Amino acid sequence: MTLPAGELAGSSSPLDSTEAVRPPTRRPLLEAADLTVYHGQLRALDSISLRVHPGEVYAIIGANGAGKSTLLRTIAGLHHATTGSVRLDGADVTGLRPERRARLGIVMVPEGRRLFGSLSVEENLKVGARYARPGPWTVERVYETFEWMRDRRDQQAAQLSGGEQQTVAIGRALVANPRVLLLDELSLGLAPVVVQRIYGMLPQILATGLTVLLVEQDVSQALRVATHLQCLLEGRTTLEGRPDEVTADQVEAAYFGLAGTASIPGEGSESSWPG
Amino acid sequence: MAWVNAIIQGLLTGGLYALFACGLSLMFGVMKVVNLAHGDLAVVGGYLAVGVITVTHIPVLWSFVVVVPVMAVVGYALQRTLIQSALNRGILTTLIVTLGLSMVIENALLQFFSADTRGIGAGMTLVTGSVRLGSQIELPYLLLLIFAVAVAVLLGLQYFLSGSSYGRLIRAVADDREAAQLSGADYRHVFGIAAALALGTVALGGVAYGMYQNLDPTAGTDTILLFAFVAVVIGGLGSLWGTLAGGIVLGVAQQIGAQINISDELLAGYLVFLLVLVLRPQGLFTRRASS
Amino acid sequence: MSVATRAETRAAEGFRVTRSQRNVIWTGAAALVVVVVFGLAPFEVHSGTTAILVQGFIVLTLASMWNLLAGYAGLVSVGQQGFVGLGAYFVLILALQGMSPFAALPVAVIASGVAALPLWWLISRLRSGYFAIATWVLASAIMLFIERFSALGSGTGLPLPGLTGMSPTLLTAYTYWIGLAVAVAALLTVYLLLRSRLGLVLTAIRDDEVAARSSGARVGLARLLVFVVAGAGCGAAGAVLAISQLQVQPTGVFPVTWTAEMAFAAIIGGLGTIEGPIIGTVVYMVLQQTLQSFNAWYLIILGLVAIVIALFARRGLWGLVDSRLSLRLFPVGYWLRTAANRATEDGRATADE
Repeated sequence: MTLPAGELAGSSSPLDSTEAVRPPTRRPLLEAADLTVYHGQLRALDSISLRVHPGEVYAIIGANGAGKSTLLRTIAGLHHATTGSVRLDGADVTGLRPERRARLGIVMVPEGRRLFGSLSVEENLKVGARYARPGPWTVERVYETFEWMRDRRDQQAAQLSGGEQQTVAIGRALVANPRVLLLDELSLGLAPVVVQRIYGMLPQILATGLTVLLVEQDVSQALRVATHLQCLLEGRTTLEGRPDEVTADQVEAAYFGLAGTASIPGEGSESSWPG
Repeated sequence: MAWVNAIIQGLLTGGLYALFACGLSLMFGVMKVVNLAHGDLAVVGGYLAVGVITVTHIPVLWSFVVVVPVMAVVGYALQRTLIQSALNRGILTTLIVTLGLSMVIENALLQFFSADTRGIGAGMTLVTGSVRLGSQIELPYLLLLIFAVAVAVLLGLQYFLSGSSYGRLIRAVADDREAAQLSGADYRHVFGIAAALALGTVALGGVAYGMYQNLDPTAGTDTILLFAFVAVVIGGLGSLWGTLAGGIVLGVAQQIGAQINISDELLAGYLVFLLVLVLRPQGLFTRRASS
Repeated sequence: MSVATRAETRAAEGFRVTRSQRNVIWTGAAALVVVVVFGLAPFEVHSGTTAILVQGFIVLTLASMWNLLAGYAGLVSVGQQGFVGLGAYFVLILALQGMSPFAALPVAVIASGVAALPLWWLISRLRSGYFAIATWVLASAIMLFIERFSALGSGTGLPLPGLTGMSPTLLTAYTYWIGLAVAVAALLTVYLLLRSRLGLVLTAIRDDEVAARSSGARVGLARLLVFVVAGAGCGAAGAVLAISQLQVQPTGVFPVTWTAEMAFAAIIGGLGTIEGPIIGTVVYMVLQQTLQSFNAWYLIILGLVAIVIALFARRGLWGLVDSRLSLRLFPVGYWLRTAANRATEDGRATADE
């Protein structure tokens, strides 16, 4: 069991020495450091840090309002961080607008699908491909991966079912050939069987060299696909580690903020039941 | 026969109104902005045409070659600076700023051009001549030309928006600005293009108006903005061809009103507008549900 | 410390909610003095000046109404001149029947307010931008409709009967006082309105409409009431206009310049504040008087200033003063006092997002 200290660019974290997959000197592909974000007067994120290395599936879990989506949206550039930084492959992207980050390779599939409703399936994909980086993903390849889409390519996106929309939204992000794919609450509003099918596609996506940072309310689903996870509560990190290194009890404690769990990095105050 | 000719005239005037309206509809559709200075900018286009013709002596009908691109650029600049700043602060601010802009433009025009009306002389045959069908029916040349131009503009816009790759981007931004950002699009630039299109078309409308009637500084709000708005509402928000339909309905209603009582021309148009508002508020030709 | 424990601490310390500070008494007294001073003007000052002041009262009334509409209810109307015209013509109609225009004024005010109801029903579903233009369409339609009646003078208007018998000085004085009365009544109405429960709803809308709706506030009803009040208020201004001009003609009461004036005065003074229209009117009148010989220039400058203020100083000139001095001439907020007597005002708007 690990209770990582959650330092920034530090090299003495116990994680490094136990990682066989992650050599200690490898630079993270995506790094957030000390992100603090306010919604008006409410502090949504409090000094959050994370590091995602190439090829990982990094899952952020937590209850509603814990700050998960805010974190993802800040990394994507839709929220302004009061303090802290975001780095892509070492380069500081903190001050860049969302479209710039997208073109550099941080592509997000937003919460609620957010397809272009009046456009057809194919048009949605083409918009996604417009500012794409060079890479293996093309509209054609998306059709090969999701055969049903080819037959429905001219159908208006708003007419698709929730699960179909979610898949198209993922496809739209894929054709941009992202370096890091951000998935925001894929399971929201979808039937469990549909959610499973969508997450089942992840291996295919990862096989093309993508890295995934996802936010998920469904903890068991997240645990099934993630290579690393981080739990948030009230804007602070309560747990960090690999799924095979944490117990269900630890996750539960971190998720709900039960007494006895240390907040990382802490304010020093004891965690209390939210509310 | 006077009635038939009146209706025909109303129908053709619909083209002019469509030119006024399509830009308004476009700006609202893409960025949810109602530019209260929309009509005044058309008048500016008209005055610009007068100036260009006076200075360069180009044939009147070609004045739009200069005016439309210039106003399109003005539209882009206006959008990227003034309107975008206002948008960032909310809908209310946008309305106030465009209201202020409208007043400034009108009073500036009043100051520099006085309240006299000014016409763009398109040549006697064009203005007074007409195609005759049979012995009774007249299709005025000028109105026919304006109508044809309007149809051409609408066709062009439709083709651009649905058939081109940038048009697709504009539609995407209109649907969901944030999602478009996440796909790498700079929506501020897209807004600018939409504004450029809107102002280019409305400037064309202003030039046409100057040929058809006379320009005066207050025509922007008194006439152009009101008619554009009425056409949009009657035709249906979000529908480009709806602006033509709405324009036609407005034009015909006005002509019928004029036939009944010469001074009721404008009132008749407004009454039809109110009728549509009450009976079918989403307009006659909406494709998607108005929200 | 969690929210719950903080609230407990506060309760333990003891707190109460009061409506206003002590300074409202001073403000009220000062206001009374000001009104009295203004009221004495006809005796001290010659008629040219009173005429200007009457115009100022009209603009003040209009600006307060526009501020109510745009600053509190979130309704931008560019058609209030329709109500100005209605007010004027109601007075004319009644005067033609033999009523004294001064007596006709209250009736005209009520009639204008009532007229607002069907108009609201027609256009209330439109979104804000289109709502704005629709108000203009309505105003134009009203003007065109009225112009059809030759009994009302059609396009050229009619002189206002019932005032010719009076001596000029007396007429000037009465006109002045009724103008003053209308302006004071308008400000008072706005003040009382905003102090009421309706005012809470309106202030909530002003700050954050979505939040206001979701907390259950009757936004639609509040807006309707504001529209009616604004209609009545603008009608009152129109009535004063009719009396001061001694004639009622369409081009005098209906032109859109009224909207420009009231909007600019309200914006420059400060939208969403009660004191704003006062300052805005002063600025407007000063500009108009000094630049009068330059025709449209004062409107151009006003427009530019309004744009700049809308973008950079949302709460206008009064807002700039207010934020420095924490001054409230018209207190409508709620004050939270702890036992330690440190007041935190909860009625004040936070920085708007």
